[in-house]
Amino acid sequence: MKRMVVWILIILAVLHHDFWFWHDSRLVLGFLPVGLAYHIFFSVLSGVCWAFVVFFAWPEEWVEKIEGRQR
Amino acid sequence: MVDVIIIAGYLSLLIVLGVISKYFFRGTSVDYFVASHSIGPFLLLMSVFGTTMTAFALVGSTGEAFEKGIGVYGMMASWSGLIHSAVFFIVGIKLWAYGKKYGYVTQVQYFRDRFESNSLGFLLFPVLVFLVIPYLITGIMGAGSVMRAVTAGSFMDLFPETGGGIPSWLTGLVICVVVLTYVFLGGLRAAVWANTFQTIVFMVMGCITFMIISDRLGGISAASQMVQPEKLVRGEGISHLHFLTYCFIPLSVGMFPHLFQHWLTAKTAKTFRLTVIAHPIFIMIVWAPCILIGIWATGAFITMEDGTVQKLIPEGVNPNAVLGIMVNKLAGEPLAGFLTAGILAAIMSSLDSQFMCLGTMFTNDIVIHHFGKDHFSEKQKVWMARSFITIIVVITYFLSIIEPRSVFQLGVWCFSGFASLFPLVFASIYWKRTTSIAAHACVLVTVVVWFYLFRASGYGADPDFLIYGMMPVTLIFAASAITIVVVSLLTQPPSPKTIDKFFAKQLQEV
Repeated sequence: MKRMVVWILIILAVLHHDFWFWHDSRLVLGFLPVGLAYHIFFSVLSGVCWAFVVFFAWPEEWVEKIEGRQR
Repeated sequence: MVDVIIIAGYLSLLIVLGVISKYFFRGTSVDYFVASHSIGPFLLLMSVFGTTMTAFALVGSTGEAFEKGIGVYGMMASWSGLIHSAVFFIVGIKLWAYGKKYGYVTQVQYFRDRFESNSLGFLLFPVLVFLVIPYLITGIMGAGSVMRAVTAGSFMDLFPETGGGIPSWLTGLVICVVVLTYVFLGGLRAAVWANTFQTIVFMVMGCITFMIISDRLGGISAASQMVQPEKLVRGEGISHLHFLTYCFIPLSVGMFPHLFQHWLTAKTAKTFRLTVIAHPIFIMIVWAPCILIGIWATGAFITMEDGTVQKLIPEGVNPNAVLGIMVNKLAGEPLAGFLTAGILAAIMSSLDSQFMCLGTMFTNDIVIHHFGKDHFSEKQKVWMARSFITIIVVITYFLSIIEPRSVFQLGVWCFSGFASLFPLVFASIYWKRTTSIAAHACVLVTVVVWFYLFRASGYGADPDFLIYGMMPVTLIFAASAITIVVVSLLTQPPSPKTIDKFFAKQLQEV
């Protein structure tokens, strides 16, 4: 699970650098510069990825140990 | 005048909130400093988000987008959405857990215990306070700029020197007094409630501001069509390396003392879940409209009463004033009052947490640490915190009116300092070999390199200050990380007792 979190971070960090839109001044939906639209999408994608991490990689056992709830 | 009345009403509401929170105050220092660890997921999300959204996020982002275009969103907002949540998940939960298990109220208490070092606390305390001060200044300056721009022309008889706008020194004074009042009354619980209320206000008002401004500019498509072409892209204005190295800035949340204090208010570890997931989305909701408003301002024109057409934002205007001018000229009364209250909400939702953390740190890390926790009554501890907060706020207030800077640039330098201390907190949690001497060296190296570069930039006056095309934080962070690794390997490891306390086998993650 830890590896999954690391890979998600690496993939998103790579996707963050959208050199393909660097000089692109097109407008999406008639008003959003495409470079800005891409990063708005990236923000939503980050939220989705973190939801995935929270539901599938939450350190439940560790938290229980540190809270002293495990026997 | 109507908008000033609306803003005064809003500020009064905050004081009422402080009065109400006083009835829930249990009279103990742990309640005053960390709300007795009673905060649930929704309040944690709103208070953490409200604390991280500052004048930098609204006033600064709009002004920077006006100057540099859409690249600001990618540099700050989308990096922050990813990295803030990563820090909350990787660092925040662990620090919360240690805080709850071992009774820490401040970062310094944790670091002192982790590194078995009294002196580390005395070294770290002034550094953290020193770095919080520019953060406070951005808030006070941002509030002053917005109010002056929004109220321009309203009080020509009273304030002719500012074109009839309320002068920045007066707004700053009022803001400081209001925040101090509700923080004094209810401590961190008051800050959490106020943050929640203010976060809702600024998110709703932000959306309304966006809709109104776009409507007055002829619609979102028309507004975007008028934008200067170079502002629609990053292009030659922002280099790839510059854009990439902005990734270090969001790591600053790992060392913000006021965020650490908010983390400790969480009831359970699960309380963090909503914050981790929603943070990137909330950042997007606040930043995207601000960036659009900033770039729209570059091409916006206004028809004067005599029929002439003029640029909405005059040449040479301070970028801090762009948002305020847009609201003033396009919203009109009373809407401008509500929208300005929303902007002030964002600013004040950070100031309260920052004020609180300063008082908490002084009382716990200096006074109680030196004299012992039983030496003072609970009431005395609370009053010590209030006294220190007042002193720092007075110093910060005068600095904000004497030496104005770009909110965005000053914010970035402040974040650079905290971000460069991130290797310290990360290593303390994940590398048992990290030593006390390495921790000291890391802090010292960070301070020296940061100050050297900050001075070289004209104390934040040069907005284009880069090192070999990279953000200065890159160099400071590298120096900090290398120092902590190298010095740790060259010095004596921590005692088995400390390793057992923080890295016991039964505490290792699955």
